[in-house]
Amino acid sequence: MTNESSISPLDKSARYAIVAYLGISALVFVLMMLLGLLMRMGQAQWLSIPPHIFYQVMTAHGAGMVGISGLAASAVLWYFLRRHVNLTTGILWANLVFFLLGVVLILGGIFLGGYGGAWTFLFPLPSHGMGVWGVSGAASFLIGLLLIGVGFLLLYLDVGRAIISKYGNIGRGLGWPQLFGNSTDFPPASVVASTMVVIINIAGILAGAVVLTMILINLFYPAFAVDALLTKNLIFFFGHVFINATIYQAVIAVYEILPEYTGRPWRVNKVFLAAWTASTFMVMFVYPHHLLMDFVMPTWMLLMGQILSYLSGLPVLVVTAYGALTIVHRSNLRWDMVSGLLFVSMFGWAVGVIPAVIDGTIAANQVMHNTMWVPGHFHMYLIVGLVAMLFGFMYYIAQNGAPKLLDRLAFWVYLVAGTGFCMNFLASGQASVARRWAVHLPEWVGYSHAASILAAGIALAALVFALRFLTHMGNARTA
Amino acid sequence: MIQETVWLISLSLMAIITAVFIYVAVNSSKTVPDFEAVQARALSFRAKLFWTLLVAGVIIFIATTQVLPYATTRGEVSADAVEINAVGKQWFWELSQNEVEAGTTVIFNVTTEDVNHGMGIYDSELRLLAQTQAMPGYENKLKFTFSEPGQYRLMCMEYCGLSHHTMIIPFNVK
Repeated sequence: MTNESSISPLDKSARYAIVAYLGISALVFVLMMLLGLLMRMGQAQWLSIPPHIFYQVMTAHGAGMVGISGLAASAVLWYFLRRHVNLTTGILWANLVFFLLGVVLILGGIFLGGYGGAWTFLFPLPSHGMGVWGVSGAASFLIGLLLIGVGFLLLYLDVGRAIISKYGNIGRGLGWPQLFGNSTDFPPASVVASTMVVIINIAGILAGAVVLTMILINLFYPAFAVDALLTKNLIFFFGHVFINATIYQAVIAVYEILPEYTGRPWRVNKVFLAAWTASTFMVMFVYPHHLLMDFVMPTWMLLMGQILSYLSGLPVLVVTAYGALTIVHRSNLRWDMVSGLLFVSMFGWAVGVIPAVIDGTIAANQVMHNTMWVPGHFHMYLIVGLVAMLFGFMYYIAQNGAPKLLDRLAFWVYLVAGTGFCMNFLASGQASVARRWAVHLPEWVGYSHAASILAAGIALAALVFALRFLTHMGNARTA
Repeated sequence: MIQETVWLISLSLMAIITAVFIYVAVNSSKTVPDFEAVQARALSFRAKLFWTLLVAGVIIFIATTQVLPYATTRGEVSADAVEINAVGKQWFWELSQNEVEAGTTVIFNVTTEDVNHGMGIYDSELRLLAQTQAMPGYENKLKFTFSEPGQYRLMCMEYCGLSHHTMIIPFNVK
């Protein structure tokens, strides 16, 4: 646990940047949830949404949620890591500028250019709009992603530089001398987590940049041949790493804040370091579990996908979730919006492991892949896990965690509706409802009725969280 | 059915995790005089939990990978199987044959002439039975035995653009 009095003040520019990151994130989370609600209402046949609009909304929802999760989570990392290393505020701003430029291009590509090829831009779909979108729409979307990637790359390079400056090398940031030697001078949890994120996200973003560039060249010069399987590997490596990295950044809030609330330290020890080192490698090499139905992939890679899917759950369950439970158990915890949302977030992450691991089993994947089971498991991670973490962090930053009646109401609505929404996804997945269908078969529509009501509850609760931050961000912490 | 098994296992395990979180939350207002002792007990239990989960994972891995759906793509020959070419196009399926006798083992040679698709076999109850991806430049071979007669449907399982949701073709098993 960090001693408050030892924390250097946050300079004005950095404070504004953190507030800007979180304020934008709060708004975008609500907007993207509303897009999600639109999709479910369309599938429920309560709204008439033409398929091309549905798929544009789906593309915006996916790209928007992944991007804004990355932005908000990087604010958590930056805020806490700066207590230990010397980060560059200018780079923090530069990332935001690149992000906003990228968002403009992405929104232009989707809603002006008509691009609806999903945020996963599976090659060669971007060049096969079939009259719905053209080269300019697809290019605008892809260049937008590339710009956002450039911003994040700058940010993580700066984080890596700062860690190396302080600790000597990346291995020391991960605590390897302590893990493999007798040193007991353990690095702080924030540094270990940030080092892991630097490693995986630089690799992931570079892979994303490579595949985006390949697809962009092919878009303008179709003679430039690109292999569909190679691009699929690169896209899923990038996508899997980037979205997973969001929760590995945001969990720093749990490591730093829960000890403040319980008075119990989050101990960094060999088990903790081993878990983070293992996660570093597993997050990067587990991505073939997205390709289990690509039979031409080498068998060893697909088996590796299943093995690492199983192993990836262990650090989450046995180290991080278990650690949070140990700290909270009989701690006389002061419950408020911060501790409540952070505790819920650990529940969401832990419980989401189960359907994720099951989907990573080849035998199950053959009847679960690309059904609603898939969004079921990652929405559990993201809605009940990550986004709860991030809103908890916002309450912490704005120092308005003491709940009013509206906060309490929003908290319970968010928890119940969020969990119910994800369980509805999973239930429809086990009933074989296909994902990413603008129009559902009549037999499937009932699931979307319930999902629409639950999604409305989530969006309303998130609106309360967002407004509470936006109206109190002038009170943001100064250290 | 795999789906029912998976659903029951998931619900059971998720319920256990939920119960643990509720237990800890409900008891969070209490205090213990000696946190170090509690932590020591928790760490001891954690080690047991880790090894239990690891051993269970190994057993489940071995049990679930005895039969993999990849052998036919790797060249395994099934003498009695009927081969059917399935080509995905925006936004329809082209099948070399769309009817077989009940009890027939079919090998679908699945590919695409444009973008990625996915071919899922659904039964008349809309239950997904098996699937594979259709990729430009590659051919995935999906082997499936149609034990029961009925009206099956082949549906697209990979998002492929505007009319992805209309990529459905009937497949009759007599």
